[in-house]
Amino acid sequence: MIPELGNFALMLATVVALVQGVLPLTGTFVANPQTQISLQSLARPAAALQFALVAFAFGALATSFLSNDFSVLYVSQHSNSLLPKPYQFAAVWGGHEGSLLLWVLMLTLWSVAVALFSRSLPLDMVARVLGVLGLISVGFLLFILTTSNPFERLLPAAMDGRDLNPLLQDPGLVIHPPMLYMGYVGMSVAFAFAVAALLSGRLDAAWARWSRPWTVIAWAFLTFGIGLGSWWAYYELGWGGWWFWDPVENASLMPWLVATALIHSLMATEKRGSFKAWTVLLAIAAFSLSLLGTFLVRSGVLTSVHAFATDPKRGVFVLLFLAVVVGSSLTLFAWRAPRVTLGGRMELVSRESFLLANSVLLVVATAAVLLGTIYPLVIDALNLGKLSVGPPYFNAVFAPLLVPAIFLIIPGSVARWRDAQVREIAYKLRWTALGAVALGVGLPFVLGAWSWGSALGLFLGAWVALGTLQQVLERVRKPGRIGASFWGQQIAHFGMAVLVVGVTGVKSYEVERDVRMHVNDVVTIAPYTFRLKSLDEVMGPNYKATRADVEVLRDGQLLEVLQPEKRRYFSSAMPMTEAAIDSGFMRDLYVSLGEALNETRTEWSVRVYYKPFVPWLWAGVLLMVLGGVLAAVDRRYRK
Amino acid sequence: MKKFLIPLVLFFGLVVFLAVGLKLDPREIPSPLVNKPAPEFSLPTLAGDAKFSPKDMLGQVWMFNVWATWCVACREEHPVLVAFAQKNSVPIVGLSYKEIQPQDAAAKASDEVKLQVARERSVVWLKRHGNPYVTSVMDLDGRVGINYGVYGVPETYIIDKQGVIRYKRVGVVTPQLLADKILPLIEALNKS
Repeated sequence: MIPELGNFALMLATVVALVQGVLPLTGTFVANPQTQISLQSLARPAAALQFALVAFAFGALATSFLSNDFSVLYVSQHSNSLLPKPYQFAAVWGGHEGSLLLWVLMLTLWSVAVALFSRSLPLDMVARVLGVLGLISVGFLLFILTTSNPFERLLPAAMDGRDLNPLLQDPGLVIHPPMLYMGYVGMSVAFAFAVAALLSGRLDAAWARWSRPWTVIAWAFLTFGIGLGSWWAYYELGWGGWWFWDPVENASLMPWLVATALIHSLMATEKRGSFKAWTVLLAIAAFSLSLLGTFLVRSGVLTSVHAFATDPKRGVFVLLFLAVVVGSSLTLFAWRAPRVTLGGRMELVSRESFLLANSVLLVVATAAVLLGTIYPLVIDALNLGKLSVGPPYFNAVFAPLLVPAIFLIIPGSVARWRDAQVREIAYKLRWTALGAVALGVGLPFVLGAWSWGSALGLFLGAWVALGTLQQVLERVRKPGRIGASFWGQQIAHFGMAVLVVGVTGVKSYEVERDVRMHVNDVVTIAPYTFRLKSLDEVMGPNYKATRADVEVLRDGQLLEVLQPEKRRYFSSAMPMTEAAIDSGFMRDLYVSLGEALNETRTEWSVRVYYKPFVPWLWAGVLLMVLGGVLAAVDRRYRK
Repeated sequence: MKKFLIPLVLFFGLVVFLAVGLKLDPREIPSPLVNKPAPEFSLPTLAGDAKFSPKDMLGQVWMFNVWATWCVACREEHPVLVAFAQKNSVPIVGLSYKEIQPQDAAAKASDEVKLQVARERSVVWLKRHGNPYVTSVMDLDGRVGINYGVYGVPETYIIDKQGVIRYKRVGVVTPQLLADKILPLIEALNKS
């Protein structure tokens, strides 16, 4: 009964979404002021009702999972009675159908948030924004109902479920998709504001000001979601990598790059009215790339570790949806943008020009990632053969684009609006530059080995960090209240510096040892010694595991006992690796079990990694998220 | 006006490629063995009376299917093959691939015992799930699998009258794949 109610709630939600999508927008076109107001006022209650209905459907699916209702096909495919409760709940988004439901839930959540926190907006703007969000929701709800219904029954019911993919049975994966989706879907708000502005023909500072906090908070979610995914890959996949240039990772990185460009471009549009058309285009692109990501993941056109069961019908639907949404918004853009007035005058060197340069670099980097991601598909489509594009391509094109973009953070944030002097900026930053060069050249000697790559990376990190500190010091010395958005900006930039140092450190100084080990064997990565103390068989709730006790010694002193596991889940033939990691401030010690090398399982291949600076990656991401949140809650947006 | 149309044009170019891409299967991996003679071997069969060699099939178009009782995906594929074998007169030869896995209790036994255990297990499995094979050969050490470039089980090869591999499928054979690709290919090969 509960699944049927959930299904019914989804159908009702589709009708409500249609109302929310059509009537308020109609209200912005009719002439009669009375009808105008009554139609436009429908937007807010419709958004609230739609959220309630989708939340009910989501609750119904969660109930089916928690009560082990294996007569629901989706539940029987992604859960098991032995699965621990928290994972049973997270299994709601462990497959295609449920993740789409989560997606729509997020979308309606964002819509309600817009409805609630838009008291300062004129009613027609609210009607347009919520109308656009409603139309997007109609598309996704129809997608669920026609091709991916999570409430489909399985008759006769299964005795027990097939269990959640063991890779997903992990705390990181419980929160990674919701955070990532909050980010992806949040881009729809920036998109809706952009389309609303195009529809109204009022592309002005007010529009930029309204969209800024929404875009920044969505960006923060996206940053957090990507960071979590990377962290998960690092400790769960068992080979110590944290970024693989997998098509699906790229699908999340592309909207992130464009969103980063967008939040900066919006600032220039708000403050100076500059490059409005470019900003609108970025807003459309950020959401389009989120949709493209959905298409790439759901349609199976590319092979990826994230590939779900693929169904060509789904691919066709998403592609059509993508074509309609992006096609119509770009058409609207082509029609309306030429009428947009030019912004304030800007000189060749000014904060605007730095922001624009950064924007362009980020967009070119996005294009490079997009090209690398879909190149195999294009070549295949042209019948020129099969190939794959790997990390060497991405590393080769990505770094040269991002290095100048990161460098420009500092001159961009100290330059004056409208007209700045290179000499003045250089003079202001002379000590910072000197310090950064000294650190960039000197630190590699301290860390072990000097190379151009590590010197450049460390210089860049030091440059952004010192430049940020300089701005903070200068600002706190001045009188006056300092807004949250100032702290947000500086903390996020500092986070980027920490991230850059982390990436450089890990790339340049990691030591990886793949060794064969018996009990009591020892491997040394100076100054640490690892001894395989014992191997035990342990039982988990739905798996058996081999657990190794690995002692970590430094100067003969026991530091830590690491316990990596190799798990065999009852439901799956594939063994899972649980790496054991000892995190310090400067480094991770990483041990994971490979394979048993003999039949008595007494000899194992073991990966022992010394990973300097890995904690800095996560710290950098968290700082950027914190910065984003602070910037978004700044009081001046709530006037 | 024109420059504002650029994003739209670029986007539709992308959509065209994505649409074409939808029709393609990224898992379809071209094999260097396609259009090469099928590697020669001589292996004991499941029934146990004689050895089988691809030469025995010269003059007819046949299907060579890699399987094992431990292979989970084979259970999905098997009913499709059984139905296919009932409806069509294309002989399917099975390659029982590494039936005894290293973690099996029998792994340490002698080769004769291994062969016997593998046969017993396979026969029981085929009784339960149906037997689409005219014969199945026992590749215990997986050497024939290596010669055929087996990535994973199941895999399927179509071999023509001259003993040349004409098609290779990595992964499960679906009814759609049979209808759209494999059957037309077999018909064409039979005519030639």
